[in-house]
Amino acid sequence: MSLILEARAAEFSYAAGPPVIRRVSMGVSRGKLSAVIGPNGCGKSTLVRLFAGLLTPARGEILFDGAPLRSIPRREAAKRIAYVPQAYTLAFPFTVLEVVLTGRSPYTPRFRFEDERDRARALEALATVDAAHLAERRVTELSGGERQMVSVARALAQEPQCLVLDEPSAALDLKHRAALVRTLAALRDAQGLTAAVVTHDLHLIDPLFDHVFALRGGTLLAQGRPDEVLTDAVLAEVYEDPHVRTRRIDGRTLIWSN
Amino acid sequence: MLQHAQSRTTAVRLWRALALLTVLLLVVMALALWAGGRTIDFRALRSDPLTRTLFFRLRLPRVLMAALIGSSLAVAGAALQALFRNPLAEPATLGVSGGGAVGASIAIAFGWGSAVSGVPIVFVCGFGGAIIAVLLVHRIARSGTLLLPGALLLAGVVVNLIASAAVLAIQYVTDSSRALQILRWIIGSLETIGFDTVWRMLLFLAPCWIALLAFSRELHLLAMGEETAGALGVNVERSETVVHVICSILVGVTVAVGGAIGFVGLIVPHAVRLMFGEDLRIVVPGSLLLGAAFLIAADLVARTALSPVELPVGAVTALLGGPFFLWLLHRRQRYSAL
Repeated sequence: MSLILEARAAEFSYAAGPPVIRRVSMGVSRGKLSAVIGPNGCGKSTLVRLFAGLLTPARGEILFDGAPLRSIPRREAAKRIAYVPQAYTLAFPFTVLEVVLTGRSPYTPRFRFEDERDRARALEALATVDAAHLAERRVTELSGGERQMVSVARALAQEPQCLVLDEPSAALDLKHRAALVRTLAALRDAQGLTAAVVTHDLHLIDPLFDHVFALRGGTLLAQGRPDEVLTDAVLAEVYEDPHVRTRRIDGRTLIWSN
Repeated sequence: MLQHAQSRTTAVRLWRALALLTVLLLVVMALALWAGGRTIDFRALRSDPLTRTLFFRLRLPRVLMAALIGSSLAVAGAALQALFRNPLAEPATLGVSGGGAVGASIAIAFGWGSAVSGVPIVFVCGFGGAIIAVLLVHRIARSGTLLLPGALLLAGVVVNLIASAAVLAIQYVTDSSRALQILRWIIGSLETIGFDTVWRMLLFLAPCWIALLAFSRELHLLAMGEETAGALGVNVERSETVVHVICSILVGVTVAVGGAIGFVGLIVPHAVRLMFGEDLRIVVPGSLLLGAAFLIAADLVARTALSPVELPVGAVTALLGGPFFLWLLHRRQRYSAL
């Protein structure tokens, strides 16, 4: 199975602070849905920013398709990897379509504007996340959940081979959390899209995700199929919580903490 | 209205904006060239030497100067708002004008009227002060990967206060003729400016305008958020550096010549947004044109409102811009990052 994104002994620290990522080596498989889990502050967001090329490791290497990510020009990389940041607010009342159209900018030469084909792609991306009806609305008027869907649509408009999402469901309600994961799974099945998702929604991982990476203190503690990682023993160690319990029912894993 | 505007492609909206604003600029220009303490009879330009002197020595350079300064301040405001993702950012609120004013008053106080390899020292000092201010404010407002909007404006206000105190101190210690020169200039005035100053400014400003136009795509993406821009292929650090330097040149040079004319960079980009939408690739060129028209009009008001007494143009823009700033604050639901 080929790896689309790979970290080799990657290390990273912010400014002069302590290392946030410590010699992490891992690979994201092509066409698979991977979850990145771990307690707050364990380095999940930093890890996916490294994979998105927003940060460069101090030591080690991030590879895309076997080539060092930093050797790929930024705009080229933006055609292959799309990143969805954590819930955020926009300072200006752009329309939803304007926001999603920025996903086409890696394909648009400097003094050109997006053409009709780009608009069609953007509207298609909005329809994929069930948000086509928002196209003409102002992003500043949307709910947190709607904004997040727009952000995902923008990433899809980039037509990437790989999506990297940093807690995309943080602002979403129960229905939309599940819907987002189902959308990602459907894109994987239909188009072979790869996605790496930072998430705290452990109950949504099995059976929709293919792989789980568990981080603690900036190191990779465990990885494997959801049923291998989502166990009492592993999760207790990852979250340093002896009260974590899991139970497999009807092919899905339920998780709670007593 | 919105549906209507959105159904047009961005390119069509841009051309429509440029056409409308160019017409507006030409009309305002013609009006400002004609009106004043004495109206100009354009037919007499060929025959009457007095009209010619009035027109070519006073009226025309002044209108051109207003256009240059208005364009520069407006486009710098549009760029800074996008860069800092703050609709209230502009050279005056960020302390950039204040920094430029300190630099320029030092040059005036020491009587550094000359030029180093063709660059007037007062321009260099204005630029130096402006870039120190913009970097300082940026540094203070940044916390990790976030720019804190409140801290940004507070830092800008405080930098401005420090700058005004510094200018006052400089005025106090320098001799009285230069102190008066600083005072007249600090309020912002476009009087008695010759053609050579216009050309010299154009030499510095025009490349900056072109650079910002070329960077309007990056600015459009940066306005969506730093991480988003980075993920869309923008070299965020390089773009920030370029925009900082360009805005500092624009503000430093205009402040050195016209004094601290406030709020042009606030009113104009927002007016363009209200008319033609939020896309920075329209707001940047639109601000360039509307900025020129706006400051020409403000200067026309300053010259004619209480004629024969002339108001400082900075007072006119501040009287319009201050209330506009408060109105924007009041409408904060439209702009969430305040």
